[in-house]
Amino acid sequence: MNLTLRIWRQNGPDAKGRLVAYRVTDVSPDMSFLEVLDMLNERLTMEGAEPVAFDHDCREGICGACGVVINGVAHGPEKATTTCQLHMRHFRDGDTIDVEPWRARAFPVVKDLVVDRGALDRVIEAGGYVSAPTGSAPDAHALPVPKADADAAFEAATCIGCGACVAACPNGSAMLFTAAKVTHLGRLPQGQPERQSRVLDMVAAHDDAGFGGCTNTGECTAVCPKGIPLETIGQLNRDYLQASRRPARSRS
Amino acid sequence: MESSGPSVGDVVTVSAVRSTVGQKTLMAVSGILLVLFLVAHMIGNLKVFVGAGSFDHYAHWLRAIGAPLLPHSGYLWIQRAVLTAALVAHVWAATALALRARAARPVGYAHRRPVQGSYAARTMRWGGVIILLFAIYHVLDLTTGHLNPVGDRAHPYGNVVADFAPERWYVTLFYTLAVLAVGFHLRHGLFSAVRTLGQRTAAGEQRARLVALLASVGLCAGYLSVPFAVMVGLVG
Repeated sequence: MNLTLRIWRQNGPDAKGRLVAYRVTDVSPDMSFLEVLDMLNERLTMEGAEPVAFDHDCREGICGACGVVINGVAHGPEKATTTCQLHMRHFRDGDTIDVEPWRARAFPVVKDLVVDRGALDRVIEAGGYVSAPTGSAPDAHALPVPKADADAAFEAATCIGCGACVAACPNGSAMLFTAAKVTHLGRLPQGQPERQSRVLDMVAAHDDAGFGGCTNTGECTAVCPKGIPLETIGQLNRDYLQASRRPARSRS
Repeated sequence: MESSGPSVGDVVTVSAVRSTVGQKTLMAVSGILLVLFLVAHMIGNLKVFVGAGSFDHYAHWLRAIGAPLLPHSGYLWIQRAVLTAALVAHVWAATALALRARAARPVGYAHRRPVQGSYAARTMRWGGVIILLFAIYHVLDLTTGHLNPVGDRAHPYGNVVADFAPERWYVTLFYTLAVLAVGFHLRHGLFSAVRTLGQRTAAGEQRARLVALLASVGLCAGYLSVPFAVMVGLVG
């Protein structure tokens, strides 16, 4: 396959960026999208040009490090697929493909396609954890968890924090990410003691980071590589309203 | 504890309304109040099909609710105050959230396509502006009578018939567009309000979306039946 990639190039956080077209030839349909970028970078390096910076780590679709906006869609055209697991057979020979970084005020561009997703870490720092020492894995059934709660918590726990929800959201909101963490911990017994302070503090950290508000359009769920459902945002709203009705329990 | 200054509870309430989730809640609650008004208003409108006497009697009764405990139009002014407060809260929260959303993505995408969001969801903000402008016109037309060809406040039936006369087709057109905008606004807005207030299951989401769709279609049909009935001469 021969493709034209139009890639966002930006030298640094404050530099002005632009889309630059690159022709890549002899692309195998079995290559992943990142392997095409690797191939392009090898050529650019040989030519003495600056390779394209992009984030990646496990390349197995489970770490959340990779992620670019491909033809206007975060992680590209395949449902529930990270950029590293997107294969070139989903494109056609001769295609022109636009590649851009996640766009959000809270995700400043570091270089080219790499953005700083530290804002998501600050949301986690605000309450996305259980501080009680829980020891090693408990015996099965030592702590009963209703099936519905276990399913909802497990589904939410699959979030890999890639930030595609933010990239896709018309409001630049990270509510799906925040809601996944709130649901994951809030529906398990270990998460109960901090359930109220967690949701208040995580939403406050979310807003402080400069993310937008949620309008329930569902753009996030269309691109989420883990299929986190929009219902998690309803769970976050429910927990937030319950926590707000009681005297201040926020830790901050 | 000092007795002066805000209590712990007050701090939570203030910070809650400053948060995005708090502003969404304000939108949901004020929006539901406005929808309840729309339902009552539509039922009143449909009295136009019973006859001029019934319609005018209903309009006069609105001013007599609560008598003699309340003064003439007393209840109406209470309702107007509540609705105005709901509208101001709704528009304020929408504006705050829209400005925040705009600030959240200072650099846009060169290549952007809508992925999943419905037409109704994508047009909430501008649709809301159209509805607001229409509501102002509508009050000047059929409440105060300033923009009505007859403007006789004692006989609202005559005002409605004159308003939607066939030669004033542009009024009917604007009215139709505004009502359809309300329909689209509620199709996403009702679902979104329920979700904001804590609806959290997939089955509940299906139900909420269905109710939102039926309510939108029902309100559109009810509101549009009046001008079209006047236009074709069914009501006159």
